[in-house]
Amino acid sequence: MAVFVEEIRPPNPPGPITWLRQNLFSTWYNAILTIFSLVIIYFTLLGLIRWIFTTADWRPVTISPLLFLVGQYPRPELWRPGLSLLLTSFLIGLSWGVWGSFIQPFAIFLGGLLGILALIPLETPTITLGVRAVFLANPALIFLGYLLGKTQAVRGRYVTALWLLAFILIVAVLLPGTKTIGFLPRVSTTSWGGLLITLLLAVGSITLSLPIGVLLALGRRTSLPVVKVFSILFIELIRGVPLITILFMFSIILALFLPAESRIDRVLRALIGMTIFSAAYTAENVRGGLQAVPPGQVEAAKAVGLNNFQITTFIVLPQALRAVIPAMVGQFISLFKDTTLVYIVGINELLGIGKSILSSNPAYVRLQAEVYIFIAVVFWIFSYFMSLASRQLEKALGVGER
Amino acid sequence: MSANTLAKGSETIPLWRDERVLKFTAQIISTVVLLGFVGWMLVNFIEITNQRGMTLTFRFLKEPAGFPISESSIPYNPTMSFGTAFLVGLLNTVRVSVIGIVFATLLGLLVGLARLSTNVLLSQIALWFIEFHRNIPLLVLLFLWYFAFFNRLPPVKDSYTLPGPIYMNQRGLYLAWPRLTETGGVFIVSVIIAIILAVIAWNFLRRIRETTGKSTYFGAVSLGIMILVPAIGWLASGGSPLYLDIPILQGFNYRGGLRWTPEFTALLVGLTTYTASFIAEVIRGGIQAVSRGQVEAARAVGLDNLQMLNLIIIPQAMRVIIPPLISQYLNLTKNSSLALAIGYQELFAVGKITINQAGRPVPVFIMVMVTYLAMSLLTALALNLYNRRIQFVER
Repeated sequence: MAVFVEEIRPPNPPGPITWLRQNLFSTWYNAILTIFSLVIIYFTLLGLIRWIFTTADWRPVTISPLLFLVGQYPRPELWRPGLSLLLTSFLIGLSWGVWGSFIQPFAIFLGGLLGILALIPLETPTITLGVRAVFLANPALIFLGYLLGKTQAVRGRYVTALWLLAFILIVAVLLPGTKTIGFLPRVSTTSWGGLLITLLLAVGSITLSLPIGVLLALGRRTSLPVVKVFSILFIELIRGVPLITILFMFSIILALFLPAESRIDRVLRALIGMTIFSAAYTAENVRGGLQAVPPGQVEAAKAVGLNNFQITTFIVLPQALRAVIPAMVGQFISLFKDTTLVYIVGINELLGIGKSILSSNPAYVRLQAEVYIFIAVVFWIFSYFMSLASRQLEKALGVGER
Repeated sequence: MSANTLAKGSETIPLWRDERVLKFTAQIISTVVLLGFVGWMLVNFIEITNQRGMTLTFRFLKEPAGFPISESSIPYNPTMSFGTAFLVGLLNTVRVSVIGIVFATLLGLLVGLARLSTNVLLSQIALWFIEFHRNIPLLVLLFLWYFAFFNRLPPVKDSYTLPGPIYMNQRGLYLAWPRLTETGGVFIVSVIIAIILAVIAWNFLRRIRETTGKSTYFGAVSLGIMILVPAIGWLASGGSPLYLDIPILQGFNYRGGLRWTPEFTALLVGLTTYTASFIAEVIRGGIQAVSRGQVEAARAVGLDNLQMLNLIIIPQAMRVIIPPLISQYLNLTKNSSLALAIGYQELFAVGKITINQAGRPVPVFIMVMVTYLAMSLLTALALNLYNRRIQFVER
């Protein structure tokens, strides 16, 4: 009796022509779509490449790259933003070593970008050898930090503390300077600008908004009516109006509600406005995280005899905050993009610098597209890599996989 | 003995550990701090306004505004009041938001479906459209559209002509637009009646079907009403209720048709493409949220493609899509305030000029913010009602 054994093999991987037929030309309307897409891609790419390399005139962008980076920051004091950058690079490297995969794309991106900036062949007197050396030192520092961070001696909490310390040092001492230290003369914030301000506002407001947002989120869930009503009113009021109205409120109206002699720095006012705005959104993110903590956790904590304060700080918040990290990265990206709005209240961030370069020379009037596309590309690269990092982070945390 | 002490101990909880006392104290403290802070700000405010001779009244709204507004849906000139100017601004916000929402939804749907297409090329184009818009600031996008495109269009005599006909030049966009003739009112009334009748018929017949299980052809009946009643209106109006107003070059400018200014068009295009890329992701997410088992089950019970889409996929996807979709609509409305930077005079821009002209920042700010808040809260309310209606019935 013969036994017929049918051998089952996986199908052969399709050849390129079979693949094309199956994916792009399976039906007549699919074929039309394919041809239509090819036409769009062809003309877009052709037009774009031709424009970038022939028609476009990149002078307003290349004439003074430093303006886009630091604005009018006094050139003799340029070592201060440079040192801040180096410090940040080192800490990013350290974080990469300690926390691993989700910092990795951003660290590599930053190192690569600064390395390229150092070596880019631009014939401008503003980019001196010193500036190039500072740029080139960054990838090295990132790598050094990475090696150091991988050793057992460096703990996550030290790195967090270092970040906070460095942030305060940079924002409060290094960049603005003080009257008391001779080699750090005061630099008014009116001369800060470009990417420096963009990054400071974004990082500053998201950092400051985190504690406020956590308090508001807890306030919204508390059983104390006064605190609860205040939190809800605050959150809904801020979320209900556009950011630009809040920025204007802080730049025009705030002065009317403070003692007549007090004067708050313009950049600081923008920072407060963005922080308040961001805090309301952070609060809603954190609230989502709080709701995701299973009630059993609180009950168990009560059963082992923790008090309310202990339950919140040791049981609920760590779990809630872990769950909202991806949402916070998303919020950081949108806040980073929203920093462009401070241009409207007269701060020269990246977009403002672009505008002022365009108006500095009548010959540039026709070159609007070049400048704005350059700015768009800068924002695009940063946002894209941050969202890439956020996806890595979600994988690393296993959010949404349970 | 020990039980006794325990009971006694629990009777006399020290004040600083009694939860009720603690909560009460926390309430009092937070109230005092809050009121103190608000009071301090108010005292400062009153002092400063007294110094500058400002008063917190809305009487200035009746005074003449004295500034022109470049485009308006209602008759307006600088001799009219600040109140009218504010209304013009509000209507401009509503105008760009409503048109923007319609276009963004259509474009978003298209891009979202293209993203889901099995055709790799099409799906990649959609992906890059989305990635491009999501990763750049809206303000930069608006500047690109306005300063680098619509503001740099050729003069009238060299207008670009798009099919339609649509003419694009430095004065804006001129498009053909249907307008009512003298007897057009009759037709419009008949369309409104048709919509009301169709909705009533749909709901009534559908309820009969849901309670008795008989087919009542509610879709066909409503469609019939929507065609028949306007047709009667068309005939009753003498056969020509509408005519197409086509822009024609006369001398140095186009006459007739509908004109969109470069500012409005740039804002509309920017808001539409930006929001559409977010809506596309919402729609893609919603459709992907319908589990594969549903599709397989629909096939198993023998539904055809159209039935499956209509009865299985869309109703379930809508539950996921609607809430974030509405919040995107709200974002678009709030984002329209960026028009200030490219010179389209909507609510916020008019508010800002009013502040300069009338010198009354606080009342104007209150008005602007309350208006935006009202829009947000109304939307949130509608969203909650809708959510309650479509919630899954738990079994």
